[in-house]
Amino acid sequence: MSELMIEAEGLVKRYGETEAVAGVSVAVPAGTVLGVLGPNGAGKTTTVRMLTTLTAPDAGWARVAGHDVVREAKAVQARIGVTAQEATVDGMLTGRQNLVMIGRLSGLRRGDARRLAGALLERFALADAGDRIVKGYSGGMRRRLDLAAGLVTRPPVLFLDEPTTGLDPASRVRMWGVIRELVTDGATVLLTTQYLEEADELADRIIVVDHGRVIAAGTAAQLKAQTGGARLQVTLTTAHPEAAAALRRFAAGDVAVSQDGLHLRAPVTSGSGLASAVVRTLDTAGVSVDDVEVHPPSLDDVFFALTGRPADEHPTPGDVDPESGAGRSLATREQVLPA
Amino acid sequence: MTTTTLAPTTATTAPPLPVAAARTHGPLRKASDVAVLSARNLVHISREPFQLSDVTLQPVLFTLLFVYVFGAGVVLPGGASYKDFAVPGMLVFNLVTSTVGTGVGLSLDVNTGVIDRFRTLPMWRAGVLVARSVTDLFTAVICAGIVAATGFAIGWSPDGGVGRAIAAFALVLFFGYAVSWGCACLGLASKGVETAQALGLLVLFPVVFMSNALVPTQRMTPWLRDVTTWNPVSAVTAAARQLLGNPNPSASIHAWPMEHPVWAAVLWSIGLLAVFAPTATVLYRRRAAE
Repeated sequence: MSELMIEAEGLVKRYGETEAVAGVSVAVPAGTVLGVLGPNGAGKTTTVRMLTTLTAPDAGWARVAGHDVVREAKAVQARIGVTAQEATVDGMLTGRQNLVMIGRLSGLRRGDARRLAGALLERFALADAGDRIVKGYSGGMRRRLDLAAGLVTRPPVLFLDEPTTGLDPASRVRMWGVIRELVTDGATVLLTTQYLEEADELADRIIVVDHGRVIAAGTAAQLKAQTGGARLQVTLTTAHPEAAAALRRFAAGDVAVSQDGLHLRAPVTSGSGLASAVVRTLDTAGVSVDDVEVHPPSLDDVFFALTGRPADEHPTPGDVDPESGAGRSLATREQVLPA
Repeated sequence: MTTTTLAPTTATTAPPLPVAAARTHGPLRKASDVAVLSARNLVHISREPFQLSDVTLQPVLFTLLFVYVFGAGVVLPGGASYKDFAVPGMLVFNLVTSTVGTGVGLSLDVNTGVIDRFRTLPMWRAGVLVARSVTDLFTAVICAGIVAATGFAIGWSPDGGVGRAIAAFALVLFFGYAVSWGCACLGLASKGVETAQALGLLVLFPVVFMSNALVPTQRMTPWLRDVTTWNPVSAVTAAARQLLGNPNPSASIHAWPMEHPVWAAVLWSIGLLAVFAPTATVLYRRRAAE
């Protein structure tokens, strides 16, 4: 029914030998939110950079608001708002000066740019901080200013690259409120995130990316069904050969056992009353339990369910280039080879 | 919770500004982009006025050092005053070395996230580059004024008339502007601000010292004298001395640039600009496309 505001087919971006993005396709109908879920280095940022004309794809094509991102880059730029992970506001200017400058550079007349800057500061709860230098802003304030900067041209399509990464919970909830409002106003949004919870809160549809590929797509509910809804984690005092078998009746998928046999992990459908039932069952089987935990599903679980391995959310800083994903795929290969 | 403060929505958002209303093309729009970006550079300067020291304190310092320390030991052909010889040289020296700031500024511009924001705006891409050179021309004018004021304070006496003096300053500023595009290339080619600064000084210091700006070249080794004769800095300095009516020992050297220093200076400046400005634009495009 509704037209596609973001459309891409087979996007590829290579950095040297590594394919940071290895054939990503997306389709986002007008007025909806697509969540792009994946760990660091999965290719999320590179995908966003291609869709926002910052990086030219090596293969594939993309259209945003009906315009080709390579051949009609200017037209695309006039219709999108972008909030990148890295600060893209000028730290030496005040919040207001930043917004006025961006308005002017977008072609607004001075008076219009000033009025718009004032309105945006108001809307993003930055009115009091508007005349302070951005360097002194908190992380949450800076992100809100970045988002406001992306809205200066009143674009119909928004790209938000990890809008809440690094924010405290209160700032995150506030940011979610802001994003929901934008959608209510009719914006089409593509947002990347490392948090399933965030995608669940905001996105109509979610794609999960890993190693530059889309490995799953669907609604939050569909993905959760695949992950079993929750994760059961059991720690034993001593390894026991019957432990995995005993857990199987609770599991919604495979039971994973650590190499030392002490840690078991499985997706489960429901968490209520589960812990005590697990302890009873293991007791009966003669397995001595140290700890039982039931976690709501995380990105890690989605990854575990989809790929059979953890998402490796915290790669060592320095050896991973989040742009290229090179470090990450190497690290993963090293882990896989000895097995 | 705090989210309530975000409640007002469309009512306060903005006056209706359809995307199509934005001017996206034409020379007016380009000029407006350059003006906005230059204003941003000026705000940066106002936040950290000390970054202007290379066009304010440094020219005073170098002028005094050269006139009183070197001047005591340099004997000019015909017994002319070193002070009158040195001030035009200091003008060129300071304007050329301060162009390192252009490379540093651009390096800062392309190595911070702001450049990504600029690139997603429907603005004139090269505006960042042009605004930088406009701002630096403005600081160069300050620099020239300070060298002149220092010169007057210590008894420098130009003797060529107001019109020719204006021509001299314009010529030196034009040359500095051309050189600043060379530094822009260095800044855009280097990975970081420190590299841009170090590279700039590493290239510019030998070029400025191997000229007639600070000492007469007559007694240099022949090969070095040939280098200084064809060094664009020498042509510009000789032209400034000639126009300002100050001692110009290079006039007696039999080589085209020293015999026609004004023409040589103009041609050198145009030539440098013709090479460096397009190169900088290409480098900037490449940097901005990463």
